Amino acid sequence: MELFLIAHIAGRGVAIPAEQVGSVVDIGDVVAVPQAEAAIRGLTALRSRVVTVIDTGTALGLAPTPETARRAVITQVDGHDYAILVDSLEDVAPFERLPLSSGLALNHGWAAAASGLVDRDGEPMLVLDLAAVVPSSLPALVA
Amino acid sequence: MDDLLQEFIAETRETLEALSGEIVAWEAAPTDRARLDAIFRFVHTVKGSCGFLDIPRLARLSHAAEDVLAAVRDNKRVPDTALVNAVLAIVDRIGEIVEAIDAGAALDDASEELLITALAEDATPAAVPVHVATVRASSRSVRLNVDLLDRMMSGMSDMVLARNELARRLRDNVSDPHVEAALERLSLTVADMRDTVTRTRMQKIDALFSALPRMVRDTSAELGKAVNLVIEGSDVELDRELIELIRDPLAHIIRNAVDHGIESPADRLAAGKPATGRLVVSARQSGNQILIEISDDGRGIDVARIVSKAKDQALRTEAQISAMDEDAKLDLVFEAGLSSRDTVTTVSGRGVGMDVVRANIEHIGGRIALCNMPGRGLRIVIHVPLTLSILSTIIVSVGTQRFALARQSIEEIVRVRGTQVRIDTIGDASAVAVRGRRMPLVSLAALFGLGDHDPGTLVIVSTREGDYALGVDDVLDAEELVVKPASPHVMATGVYAGQTLPDSGLPMLLLDGAGIAHVAGLRFSALAVAHDEAAADSVAGVQALLFDDLDGKRRVIALAVIDRVEPVATSAISFTAGALRLAIGGAIVPLHSVGTIGDREEVAVLRLTDGDSEMAYAIAEAIEIVELPPEMAPANGGGPIAGVVIIGGEQVELIDPHALFAGEPVRRASRPVCLLQSDSSGWMETFLKPALEASGYRCVTRLAAGETPAVALAMEDGPVEAVAAPIVTLRRNREGTGAQDHSIYRYDRPALIEELARRVAAQAGALQGDSAPYIRAVTSGGAR
Repeated sequence: MELFLIAHIAGRGVAIPAEQVGSVVDIGDVVAVPQAEAAIRGLTALRSRVVTVIDTGTALGLAPTPETARRAVITQVDGHDYAILVDSLEDVAPFERLPLSSGLALNHGWAAAASGLVDRDGEPMLVLDLAAVVPSSLPALVA
Repeated sequence: MDDLLQEFIAETRETLEALSGEIVAWEAAPTDRARLDAIFRFVHTVKGSCGFLDIPRLARLSHAAEDVLAAVRDNKRVPDTALVNAVLAIVDRIGEIVEAIDAGAALDDASEELLITALAEDATPAAVPVHVATVRASSRSVRLNVDLLDRMMSGMSDMVLARNELARRLRDNVSDPHVEAALERLSLTVADMRDTVTRTRMQKIDALFSALPRMVRDTSAELGKAVNLVIEGSDVELDRELIELIRDPLAHIIRNAVDHGIESPADRLAAGKPATGRLVVSARQSGNQILIEISDDGRGIDVARIVSKAKDQALRTEAQISAMDEDAKLDLVFEAGLSSRDTVTTVSGRGVGMDVVRANIEHIGGRIALCNMPGRGLRIVIHVPLTLSILSTIIVSVGTQRFALARQSIEEIVRVRGTQVRIDTIGDASAVAVRGRRMPLVSLAALFGLGDHDPGTLVIVSTREGDYALGVDDVLDAEELVVKPASPHVMATGVYAGQTLPDSGLPMLLLDGAGIAHVAGLRFSALAVAHDEAAADSVAGVQALLFDDLDGKRRVIALAVIDRVEPVATSAISFTAGALRLAIGGAIVPLHSVGTIGDREEVAVLRLTDGDSEMAYAIAEAIEIVELPPEMAPANGGGPIAGVVIIGGEQVELIDPHALFAGEPVRRASRPVCLLQSDSSGWMETFLKPALEASGYRCVTRLAAGETPAVALAMEDGPVEAVAAPIVTLRRNREGTGAQDHSIYRYDRPALIEELARRVAAQAGALQGDSAPYIRAVTSGGAR
């Protein structure tokens, strides 16, 4: 059994492995980052840290997460903090991680970000890998 | 210097503590290469630091230990128990001496000789010296874990933000003067505190650079070189932790530059460079990195030699090397165990260094880049990530957003209204003319899609390529900001150098001036830069060498006449056949001397050439290179003095090279070509070539078009190609195979040189019947 945080993203329930979750916050004002890719909503301050806010809908190739979304899951990828915007959050609960059912055709970013399934009272939910939500197809950074 | 010593002590102490585990592990498994390397690096670092801290005892111990460990690394010695014990005894002793230095106590050095002799291969196990209990001096400095400092920093930032929020709320609701006064006091304390906390992390890079002049001075003095050190940008601030981590790599690079890069004054003159080498160390911030640049104008890296070393030391196979491009070959200098130098000096050691340097720099997330200009110098750039840095910035606003811009990249800020600024549209590009100076304009609002209104203020940004005007709405403020790297997605845009969290509590991005120019598609021509360099290079007037002559007078001679300046043993000078002659490099050249050489053992000579013949001029000491004034008072008498010029307010006699050469019989300065028919072992190039070059031959392994060799050399079992020259065959065995064997044992140097000279003379005689190049069999003495 593994602990998962149940959240709703783009209208769907997902299970986020609890060890990936740094904290759950309502973010403050977001400063836009001109020239950055669409999935980067901007920067926000979390106490004394600056975190990069991810528009989860766009990152998954779905409709953009609404501008009004404030609730976010904080996670750390490669030493940088990210706020992954979510529609809403439910509870943390232990579940058994199941492999993705064969023949399940996932589209958009779900295919890359989903790493398994959990079964909540008969309702299957995708296990969402937060690191995979953070856009990774980057141009080479090292000049 | 005391600071440096304290740092050295603290560092050595800490490394020793960390090393104690490695030492025990090495004792258990002496063949473990990783442990061996760790201990090797430790003694190497100690040796390096001692070099410029002037602690000869430690230097001697660590150098001895390093020698032995290097032999083990090269598989020349087996790490047996005796060797391990001897090395460990030295490591222990280093620890004791360091404690003694710290405590200011005297430590008997009687047993150190024993420790060093115990390292020898045939040493009998030495008695383990009695350890003296040393007392640690109490110190006013402590070493802290960086994590702790980080937590302090972020706690401090939180405190500032909390203070700001409190102030905002109080301003809205309360108007009690007492509360306001208390808040004011809190603000002052917090600001003061933040300053202090920040200072615990940040340090001017000057802390790193201040030790360099002394180090360069000592190193160059030891090697008999003249080096002019230029330091730029020492007020760039850097994380203290990074400064510590760069210290050793930088020292290694500087020592390498002086030892391997910059040539001796004589060689430099011969190469047409000023006698004094130039070493520039600079630091600057560029984008999200601090660049530390070390450039010298020495000989650069001989890539071919690095490659052949790598081959000889079996670090790479022939096939691997042939697949490498030029950069990959250059990168071989970073290979562990590769030394580009044939002899070991106390200064640079043996090519450890560069592998350690790269490992250290990559460890902190930096990288190191080489720009090699063979014969002209080497530039090494260390890129250090801006993990944390305080920048002096200005805050600009565009639409509703604010950005920071590093002040150091800003040349000027001008308002658009006013007569001195005119904005033109050239094609679809914008340009501004500020007081008649035209430069490209980048509107930040347009670039960032934040509206298409005309900019109200122009910030003139200077980049390495050129200057441009950045159009913004307004310049709001100047602020010192703590800048941290932003996430990769933000950095990938190429227009930001980092992110910061000012007191407002809203994150702000730091713009990268050069990046914006690039993204906006500005292309600067390299014209301006090239122009500057040309101006610096062209020197009007004739350059000349000022020197003290043997008769005590100061004279000057045109630099172009001098082939090189070098010291020669007076034993190589003698009065033969009616004139003074100098035997040098296998040839005899006429020597001009205005005074007596006296009883000195060595004398400096100017080797003069008119491009055809050669002669020498003995002097007391070369002073400096000066520019000849246009005016000269002609000489009255004869002799090799052309006249008198004024240099530095003094009358100085100008040598007349024409008269010097007119009085001497002509001797050809060109050297006969010796073709080495080398096999793949490279023995000829490595062993034979220097010996032959020293004897006046020019050795080639392949003939250039139109070149004819005077003589050729081949190994008895190597390839022999037919050439239009006599071939001298070398054999591997000391004994020949009989009377018919005309080959020469390859290490019989006098016989070899004599035979070469004989064949060359016979050949030249047969061809021309006269003026055989004079080759003397040099066995010792005359050859330097």
